[in-house]
Amino acid sequence: VRGSAELEEIRACAVEDVPAQEGRVITVHGRPIALFRASSGWFALDNTCTHQGGPLASGLLSEESVACPLHERRFELSTGRALDHDCGAVASYPVEVRDGAVFLGVPVARSDEGEPA
Amino acid sequence: MDELGIAVQLERQTEEIFGNGRVEGLRFVGGDELRADLVVVSIGIRPEVTLADLAGIDCNRGVIVDDRMRTSEDRIVAVGECAEHRGTVYGIVAPIYEQVKVAADTLLGRDEGLTTKQEVMAVTRAGTGCGSCKPLVAELIQVAGGGGEESHYLCACRKQTREQLAGQISDHGYEAVSEVSQACGTGRDCGLCKPALAYLVSEINDNRHREERGARHINDRVHANIQNDGTFSVVPRMRGGVTTPDQLRRIADAAERYEVPMVKVTGAQRIDLLGVKKEDLPAVWRDIGMPSGHAYAKALRHVKSCVGTDFCRFGIGDSTKLAIEMEERWEGLHTPAKVKCGVSGCPRNCAEATVKDIGAVAVEGGWQVVIGGAAGGTVRKGDVLTTAETPEQALEAATAFLQYYREHGEYKERTYDFVPRIGLERIREEVLGEAAGARLRERFRLAKAAAAARDPWLERDEPYHPYQFSELGAVDGDGADSNGAEPALVGPPEGAEL
Repeated sequence: VRGSAELEEIRACAVEDVPAQEGRVITVHGRPIALFRASSGWFALDNTCTHQGGPLASGLLSEESVACPLHERRFELSTGRALDHDCGAVASYPVEVRDGAVFLGVPVARSDEGEPA
Repeated sequence: MDELGIAVQLERQTEEIFGNGRVEGLRFVGGDELRADLVVVSIGIRPEVTLADLAGIDCNRGVIVDDRMRTSEDRIVAVGECAEHRGTVYGIVAPIYEQVKVAADTLLGRDEGLTTKQEVMAVTRAGTGCGSCKPLVAELIQVAGGGGEESHYLCACRKQTREQLAGQISDHGYEAVSEVSQACGTGRDCGLCKPALAYLVSEINDNRHREERGARHINDRVHANIQNDGTFSVVPRMRGGVTTPDQLRRIADAAERYEVPMVKVTGAQRIDLLGVKKEDLPAVWRDIGMPSGHAYAKALRHVKSCVGTDFCRFGIGDSTKLAIEMEERWEGLHTPAKVKCGVSGCPRNCAEATVKDIGAVAVEGGWQVVIGGAAGGTVRKGDVLTTAETPEQALEAATAFLQYYREHGEYKERTYDFVPRIGLERIREEVLGEAAGARLRERFRLAKAAAAARDPWLERDEPYHPYQFSELGAVDGDGADSNGAEPALVGPPEGAEL
């Protein structure tokens, strides 16, 4: 998703809404995204682990990775790349912090996915 | 074969084995004969490659392996008569011994410089599922000559042992995981050792540490056990497996009100509400009105008991009373790994106390204290630590052992590994001596006074963070400032200490 042209920016939460060294789920257009407040910065990945669907937002963070709470499959925070396993990557999203708020870049919701034209 | 002095005759068809009373030779088609005192009939080896073939692994005559014994599927190795290495399928044993050594190196990641169980597990994922093959991995490393005594690293990435880190924490007076991470780098790479470090920091500070929930597993952030679908299980404390109609009514009401998908009686003589949503946890706890059973934590889980002298006509010791006392005394304290206990009121041992981490069995004239038992993936009959005259003395000895384990156990090391590692004799010396035992019990009392004074489920009213039990909600609008769905906050966030 990162690098894709059609991103919209949404305000996800206030900085203090996510406890230090933890993650929380924000559901954007029905897609659960894990927003992480790591010691190395803010990151966002798809919440659903590619191994058995565990909630990555509840995982253990290091400076570079999150480990799924179910079976410890790890993903790189900055890219979503799978680390030491072959279950596949998760999508990553750009995050920016401004004026105490956290903003997330997510794919624009297509109009044909919304109300019928 | 010629060089070995053996004449090989190919393409011969035997017509008859002849002799009078015993074999004298072979007659081939065409009439010529071969004299023989002994005839051995043998057929060749044809590898059974159907399974490998179906799995899409490259096969020729045998399963094709490279110089590291790897098949075309990276994570599968093949050795022996099924394997074809550089065009050869070996049918004799000497080259296969070599193959096994190479395969062991490959499995152990030796070519990647891996020499410890933890490194091998990280690369191969062996032992990271149910974990029951961990001892086998360790044994493989030993068999393959993987050096001498293996260090157990608390932080595998930085190769730091528990002892080294404990020294750093004591010397510098660190009181939080982040302080140790900053100073020593522990937990900064993969992060998986943070719960182990959190335990160590709390243990060394007698639980007067600065708690950082981000260093804990999700189970210890929300005091419930995460299930495969992301929901949680709720197990209230039910000491000694004894409950009341009132408790059962409240559990039943909560189960109905929150539409709990499964209510299960556990093997630990208590009740599990399975499938509870994270955001419902505080309300479920409030309605049940019972303290946490710590079924999600590395801590004392439960003390299973039989009926004992109250009702049983065979009972010779009051097992339920001792079990309840034991549970009250130990509950709420973290331990290196979970601790399951049992108390039986007679040697019939209905509470299975001899296969618990710590057990007590009433015998004529006293109580046998048993440690290091297990009846899970590993089955181990516990060792008798001592036989005490009174239940109080049994509890004292057992408490000293529990504290000794808290101070010396590796994180995730169950007592069934800990006891044989340290040795029963040494444990007896460290635990049963009057002065040493008293010191252990005093440190236990200190730790308990700080940690267990509070039921973690009281965080239903005083969450450590307003979003402790909630997510951030949903955004469905069309861009900035569309965060219309405010998340439901749990507890009374107004004025709560953040």
